Amino acid sequence: MKKMGKLFAVLSTLLFTSVALTGSCFAAETIKLGVPGAHSGDLASYGLPTVKAAELVVKKINANGGVLGKQVELLVEDDVCKPEVAGNSATKLVSDGADVILGHICSGATKAGLGFYKDAKIVAMSPSATTPDLTLSGEYPNFFRTIAHDAVQAKLQVKFATEVLHVKKIAVLHDKGDYGKGQAELARKYFTEAGIEVVLFEGVTPGAVDYSAIVTKVRRFKPDLVVWGGYHPEASKIVSLMRKKRMKTAFIGGDGVKDDTFIKVAGKYAEGVYATGPMDISKNPLAIQAKKEHQDAYGSDPGAFFDAAYSAALALLNAVDKAGSTDYDAIIKVLHTEYVDTPLGKISFDENGDATGIGFSVYRVENGAFVEQK
Amino acid sequence: MDFDYFTQLFLGGLTRGSIYALIALGYTMVYGIIQLINFAHGEIYMIGAFTGLIVSSVLTMMGMPALGVVVMAAMAAVIYSSAYGYTMEKIAYKPLRNAPRLSALISAIGMSLFLQNYVLLAQTSDFLPFPSLIPDFEFWEPYAHMITSPELVILITTFVVMVLLTVLIKFTKIGKAMRATSQDQVMAALLGINVDRIISFTFVVGSATAAIGGILIASHIGQINFYMGFIAGIKAFVAAVLGGIGSIPGAVLGSFVLGWTESFFTGYISSDYEDVFAFIILVVILIFRPAGILGKSETQKV
Repeated sequence: MKKMGKLFAVLSTLLFTSVALTGSCFAAETIKLGVPGAHSGDLASYGLPTVKAAELVVKKINANGGVLGKQVELLVEDDVCKPEVAGNSATKLVSDGADVILGHICSGATKAGLGFYKDAKIVAMSPSATTPDLTLSGEYPNFFRTIAHDAVQAKLQVKFATEVLHVKKIAVLHDKGDYGKGQAELARKYFTEAGIEVVLFEGVTPGAVDYSAIVTKVRRFKPDLVVWGGYHPEASKIVSLMRKKRMKTAFIGGDGVKDDTFIKVAGKYAEGVYATGPMDISKNPLAIQAKKEHQDAYGSDPGAFFDAAYSAALALLNAVDKAGSTDYDAIIKVLHTEYVDTPLGKISFDENGDATGIGFSVYRVENGAFVEQK
Repeated sequence: MDFDYFTQLFLGGLTRGSIYALIALGYTMVYGIIQLINFAHGEIYMIGAFTGLIVSSVLTMMGMPALGVVVMAAMAAVIYSSAYGYTMEKIAYKPLRNAPRLSALISAIGMSLFLQNYVLLAQTSDFLPFPSLIPDFEFWEPYAHMITSPELVILITTFVVMVLLTVLIKFTKIGKAMRATSQDQVMAALLGINVDRIISFTFVVGSATAAIGGILIASHIGQINFYMGFIAGIKAFVAAVLGGIGSIPGAVLGSFVLGWTESFFTGYISSDYEDVFAFIILVVILIFRPAGILGKSETQKV
């Protein structure tokens, strides 16, 4: 016990001196960018690329004189992707005086942290939280994100189906899983709202030896389009069987289908299948540059959500710069009105806080490759 | 329209039933002879499909005509899978022949997991495309929307395999020995039947039918991966139990009943509940006929 006590005393002294140091040296002279997210545990691979993106952006901005003449300082907090930990991370960042937040990473953790930032009047921007409600509920005016939420994909499918394919009625199939069924339900909701009749809504058992019954049923309802919610293995089985049974009904899937394995497995039957997937940004010069900076600094290719995080960091610091202060209302106004060049393209934020000019595109399989449909 | 729809569902169920039957035959034969539920049987089916894929890819690359590729691939798969079945029996089941039945069952489950993971490590965890080995027949084109050429081939093959097996068991010497072994192993041995060889032979025949099934079904659904044997195996096992495990006509009938149940329930009610209905039918039949549709109920002597 005595030993423990001593250790504690030493630790707390250390802590105090470090706080005192940062306090005295940088007080009110830095812009503090909080970076909470999953930095350890199972989902660390989702969170760490964001920290690296923030480091790269901050290094570059500081080398050019910082924001509003001040250097930018990073406050990194690990929330392990857990909502119960995220509350503590958020409290800590607020009390450390964070000016803007880049995070969190996971949707659940983001939701847990947002209330604290809202009370403290701090803007938060996530590169990866995709639950639609975070922005659409209107509960968090301080929340922004540089990734398209799940409903965007469904809305894009509806838009494409009505404006390009001119469908009148559709069948929705899914694989009964969280991801697939979630997608299918969003599709049903938005297609119905668009006045299109959903004649069939059913789940199939993944891994079954044969899907001829469900394909026969689809034929009976004569939909103009089959919307698939789920991953590519079942999609390729169903599409192949439809084509083998001489059905020409159009087929559209989500980002679970936009995988090159789908084309490899379904072969000639994949031709003409539509799938929505993230927009291709590999030709954006800023994205190429960001990737190169990452390779130079860390000697490896960037990980998940890196481009979105890089863009979010740029957007946040740009907003502080344009706003001329770290004032909450001024930053929000800039985010809603000003465009900023990022690896994701020229982005701004709509009234809900979702980035405009980013998101998904519709692809069509043509000659064994996904081709973006304009 | 409605009759047309019914016919399509009927044919779809028939195809699905034939697929189950090709796998269920192996289950039921092995059970009939040593009362063992060979859970690794689905894996033999999967290995047959993998062998078929490898051989057909190599032969197609070498420029062999399609018909030759099918025959060679099927032969290779049958030989390879039979070798697996034979070895499996020698390694995993023979040493446990006089052990409690539960030990052999656990050994079978272990074998199943072993083979799955072996293929996962030695081959790949990805889904692989399987070539359509069975071409679309031109003369069949007017009916292709009802039942595709590969489905037709599956139906015919199942029928042929079933007839051949029946002939083998009913009218040949080795078939007679199999029936004798199944009835009473000790007595059969006393009468000069090499019981070990008969059991090995049963595994070889069962594995061969599974390999044929593997190739046909893989080319029907167009993809394979290491896990494909599990669900197919479970469904075929249910079909075998439904028809009366140990009985060959029972396995085929059970497979058709299961195939039709799934097809009609999907067609007229909902595919969400396909498995639920399949198992409800199983429970209902087992309540009224505990030994299955064509199974002989045996009274256990105490």
